[in-house]
Amino acid sequence: MSIGHTLLGLLESGPRHGYDLKRAFDEKFGHDRPLHYGQVYSTMSRLLKNGLVEVDGIEPGGGPERKRYAITDAGVTDVQTWLATPEKPEPYLQSTLYTKVVLALLTRRDAADILDTQRAEHLRLMRILTDRKRKGDLADQLICDHALFHLEADLRWLELTAARLDKLAEVVVK
Amino acid sequence: MTPPPGSLLTAENLRKAYGPTLALDGAGFSIHPGEVVAVMGPSGSGKSTLLHCLAGIVPPDSGSILYDGADLATMSDARRSALRRSDFGFVFQFGQLVPELTCVENVALPLRLNGTSRKEAERAALAWMQRLEVDDIGRKRPGEVSGGQGQRVAVARALVTEPRVLFADEPTGALDSLNGERVMELLTDAARSTSAAVVLVTHEARVAAYSDREIVVRDGKSRDMERAV
Repeated sequence: MSIGHTLLGLLESGPRHGYDLKRAFDEKFGHDRPLHYGQVYSTMSRLLKNGLVEVDGIEPGGGPERKRYAITDAGVTDVQTWLATPEKPEPYLQSTLYTKVVLALLTRRDAADILDTQRAEHLRLMRILTDRKRKGDLADQLICDHALFHLEADLRWLELTAARLDKLAEVVVK
Repeated sequence: MTPPPGSLLTAENLRKAYGPTLALDGAGFSIHPGEVVAVMGPSGSGKSTLLHCLAGIVPPDSGSILYDGADLATMSDARRSALRRSDFGFVFQFGQLVPELTCVENVALPLRLNGTSRKEAERAALAWMQRLEVDDIGRKRPGEVSGGQGQRVAVARALVTEPRVLFADEPTGALDSLNGERVMELLTDAARSTSAAVVLVTHEARVAAYSDREIVVRDGKSRDMERAV
């Protein structure tokens, strides 16, 4: 999962301090792996350097954690591009897709669109594997079948998530 | 409506309601000869209604369906029925074979209804059954063959008239993985060899993977994923 894009997406709803960002991240996405403070500050430094965020204010007496960050127009474009680009199908993709869907809901983008685009990418790969299977020997068939079953599992998750978007929106946008 | 260049069957802005339930709400579709297009979407999304409208089985409340330049939506029932017999083939999930007839008689039936002699119809039927790898069960009745064999017989029957469009609604829904995949291989190979267009309604990704592209139907609206990505 791209922590940079996730933090950027969280900043779209308004400027936040590093500590607030970490707390929002952990609450929504960090179920079993909360962010370290170091990760937050190193990521924010990188985003700052690349012009995707700017410092919106520094509270008196503060160390680095007292800086308040705001997303820039370039940052919003970067989040939009990331959300609209399908992920390469691979194991354990769900955490990234889940993050994208939640961020889309939080930022009032079309979450169903993200799922549809990802489904098309999965099907594109499934067509390639199905074609290879048709032309290949038994070993090819078995290897392709293994990949196809995993992709199919991802797709079933995409369908279920699409069917539950309204409920998910109620939970995350509160 | 101007259909995309080379398109055989094109629908635009289809609306269809069953009582208070809106099954199609502005859906569109387009397919070229020799193309296999999967229609995907959750249960109740309107994908079977879309297939029924495209095939002229159910008239839409509004919208247009152009088949080879003619508008199905405004065509007379008699002409639509004739078109279904001559140009369209159908494969469904269940219950499509006539139990009293043998398998070869089932496959020959569409030709017999079009006036072909029994001998000629059964010769053509056996040739298609051979392609679908079920020529050895020609004299059995549907109740005496397995689900996979029965579905291959149904595919042979759908293709025996060499239709220009084959409509398949969950054609492997009642089969196990191996049989389902073999049916899809044989169905798509046979359709491509005759340049038939295939409208494939399925909720299974592994079945949709035999298509050239997919459209997604949700809440009666369609989305062409090739144009979206």
